[in-house]
Amino acid sequence: MLSIRNIVKQYANHRALDNVSIEVEKGSVFGLLGPNGAGKTSLIRIINQITGPDSGEVFISGERLNPSHISKIGYLPEERGLYKKMEIGEQMLYLAQLKGLNKKDATKRIKYWFEKMQIESWWSKKVEDLSKGMQQKVQFIATVVHDPELIILDEPFSGFDPVNAQVITNEILELNNKGATIIFSTHRMESVEQLCDSIALIHKSKKILDGKVRDIKNLYRSHTYRIGFSGQLNGSENEMFTIIEQKYDEGLTHLTVKVNDKYSANDLLNLFIPQVQVNEFMEVIPSMNDIFIQNVKN
Amino acid sequence: MNKTLLIIKREYSSRVKKKSFLLMTFLVPMLIIGMYALVIALSISGGDNVPTVEVIDDSGIFTKGLEDKKAVKFHMSTETLDQAKQKIITDDGAFLLHIPKNITTGGNLELFSQKKAGLSVISTIENQLNDQVRNKMLEDAGIDAATLDNIKPDFSVISKELTIEGEKDTSSGAAMAVGFAAAILIYMSLFIYGIQVMRGIIEEKTSRIVEVVISSVRPFQLMMGKIIGIGLVGLTQFLLWIILSGTLMTVATNFLFKDKMNMVKSEMPGAPQQMAAQSGPGTDIVKAIQTVEWNYILPVFIIFFFGGYMLYSALFAAVGSAVDSDTETQQFMLPITLPLLFTYIMSFSFIVNNPDSSLSFWLSIIPFTSPIAMMVRLPFGVPMWELGLSIILLIMGFIFTTWVASRIYRVGILMYGKKVSFKELGKWFMYNG
Repeated sequence: MLSIRNIVKQYANHRALDNVSIEVEKGSVFGLLGPNGAGKTSLIRIINQITGPDSGEVFISGERLNPSHISKIGYLPEERGLYKKMEIGEQMLYLAQLKGLNKKDATKRIKYWFEKMQIESWWSKKVEDLSKGMQQKVQFIATVVHDPELIILDEPFSGFDPVNAQVITNEILELNNKGATIIFSTHRMESVEQLCDSIALIHKSKKILDGKVRDIKNLYRSHTYRIGFSGQLNGSENEMFTIIEQKYDEGLTHLTVKVNDKYSANDLLNLFIPQVQVNEFMEVIPSMNDIFIQNVKN
Repeated sequence: MNKTLLIIKREYSSRVKKKSFLLMTFLVPMLIIGMYALVIALSISGGDNVPTVEVIDDSGIFTKGLEDKKAVKFHMSTETLDQAKQKIITDDGAFLLHIPKNITTGGNLELFSQKKAGLSVISTIENQLNDQVRNKMLEDAGIDAATLDNIKPDFSVISKELTIEGEKDTSSGAAMAVGFAAAILIYMSLFIYGIQVMRGIIEEKTSRIVEVVISSVRPFQLMMGKIIGIGLVGLTQFLLWIILSGTLMTVATNFLFKDKMNMVKSEMPGAPQQMAAQSGPGTDIVKAIQTVEWNYILPVFIIFFFGGYMLYSALFAAVGSAVDSDTETQQFMLPITLPLLFTYIMSFSFIVNNPDSSLSFWLSIIPFTSPIAMMVRLPFGVPMWELGLSIILLIMGFIFTTWVASRIYRVGILMYGKKVSFKELGKWFMYNG
C-alpha cells in the first residue's frame, strides 16, 4: 500500500529524517512509533504532501506520490483544529469538498457519519459551542468522510476520554475491516499492542526497528520465564538459569528466571518438576513498552 | 484551481454574511449622505445665524457705517466703550469692535467678546476695514479712490483643459476632492483588508485547521484563496457603497431642493426647472460632483485598490504565517506600514502642490506607493502612458510580493511556538522543499 524509500528531510539546523524506509501492507494497522521529536510528524507531512522530502521517494499502491493521492488519504493531525465561527455541517462540507468530493456526495456521507456518531443535531452548531471531546468526534469525521484508502492518525487518542476513545477505536477497526489501511503515530504503547499489526520505531530521525508486532516480540524474547511452585528447590544457584526476581506469597514461590542460551523451557521444567509442585509456568514476553524503552535508551 | 475557488468562496461568504459587514455597508453611505446633506443644508440656510458686531468708532472714518457681510452684521453703537463692554459681559453672543483714533497711523482694532471670535468673523472685519481705511488714507494723500479702482485690473483664472476633443471646463475642486477621498479610502482599506488577511491566517494557524486544509490543497492555493476572497469582499463593499451612495444622494438632492425649487417656480412661473435648481448655493456642490468624470475615476480607483491590496495583503499574509498571535505582529508590521504612511504624508503635503514634479511621478509609478499617490495625481491629469506603466508595474509588484510571501507562508504556517526574526524569515524564503 505505502512504500517509503530512503527518505531524507533536512531542516536548517537538524536532520528530521535520515534515510528512513518503511513498508506498510494494504489492510494493515501500522504503528509509527517514536519519542517526541523523533521525526514522526515530519514523515507524516511528507506522506500528506504538506512538505516534500529532500531525497527519497514515496509510493502509494505502486504509484509515485502525486496530487491525485490527496483524495485517497485521510489525515488527522496531532494538533487539531476547526474554524471556530463556522457551522459544523458547513465546515464538514468544505473540508470534504477540498478532498475532492462533490457537494452532493459530501452531504450524503456527512449525514451518514453524523447519524453513525449520533450527532445529527450538531449540523448548524458552531464549533466554539462544542466541548473538546465533541470537537474531536467532528475532526475524526472530517478525516474519514471521503472514504480514504489510507488513514493517518497522529496521536488519535490524546485528549479523548475513555468512552470516546473506545468509540473511535471501534470506528477505526471497522474501517480497517472494510479494507482501509491505518497508520497510527503514537508514543502510547498500550494502544499499539491492542491495535497494530506492524510497527516502525523511529528515534533521532532514524528508523531503528520495524516489522510485525509478533515478530518483534519474538525477537525480543529473552528466555525469561516465571515459575510459581510450592516446595523446596535444591540449590538456587544453577548453571541452567539465573534468578532475576524471587517472591514468596502464602507458601508459593514465584521465581522469574533467565534461562541460559544452551537450555530450553522444557529443560527448565524437567529440572523443577521432580523437585517441586509447579503451579504456574509462563514465558515473560516483553511488552512493546519495554521494547520501545529498551531501543530508545540504547 | 477548483479548490482555490472553493477557498475563495468560503473566505468570501463567511465574511459577507457577518453582521459587521452589513452594518458597514449601510452605515458608511448613510454617513457620506449625512455629511453631504449637512453641507448643503448649511450652505442654504447659512444666513440665519450671523453674529452682529457692535462698532464703536473713535476714528470718525466710518460715519456711513459698515456694510453687512455674509459672516457678520455690523451695527454702529452710540454708547461709550465702557458701557458697551458691560453689555458684552452679560451677553455671550455679542461682539464689540473698537476702532481707535489712530487707525490710519498704525493703531490696532480691538474685538471684544466672551467667546473667541471665529476666523471668518475676524477676516471679514479685517477685509472690510482695510478697504475703507485704505480709501481714507488715499483720500488723505489726495488720490481719488474711484480713479484707482477704475485702473485696477479685474480678472480671475478660469481653468480649461485642452484636449484633442476640445476645451472643457474643469471643476478641479471637486475632482481633487474625489481624488483625495479615493486616496484616503485606498490607504485605509489596504490596512483594513490586509489586516483581515493576516488575522485570518493567524486564526487558521492557531486553531491548527491549517494542517488539515493543506493536506488537501497546496499552501499557495490556500493563501491566494484567502487573499482573493477577502479582496472580493472589499470590492463588494465598495460597489455597494457606490450604488447606495449614488441612490441616496439622488434622493437627498431631490428632497432638499424640492421646497426651494417650488418656491422659485412660484415666483417665476416661466423659469425652467433647470435654472431653478442651479440657483441655490447648495447646487454648486451637486453640479461639481456631476462634473467629476466618474467613468474614468471609478475604474482607475478599482484597479489601484485591487492591485495595491494584492500587493500589500501578500505581505500581510507572510506576517500572519510567521507569528502565533496578533501581539507578535508588531515588529513585522513596520516595513509594511512605513511605505504606506510615507506615501500618505507625501501625497497630501508634496504631490498636491507639485503633481507633475518628478518625485510625484516616481511615487505614482513605484508599485509600493502608486495606489495612493496615483489617486492624488489623477485629478490633475495623468498621461495615459504613465497610468498604463503604473498599472503594469503594480501587477508585476504584486506578483513579486505574492511570490516572496508564499515562500515564507508555506514554512511559516507549520511553525508553532517559535519566536521569529527577520533573519529567520530570510531562511524560510531561501528554503527549498
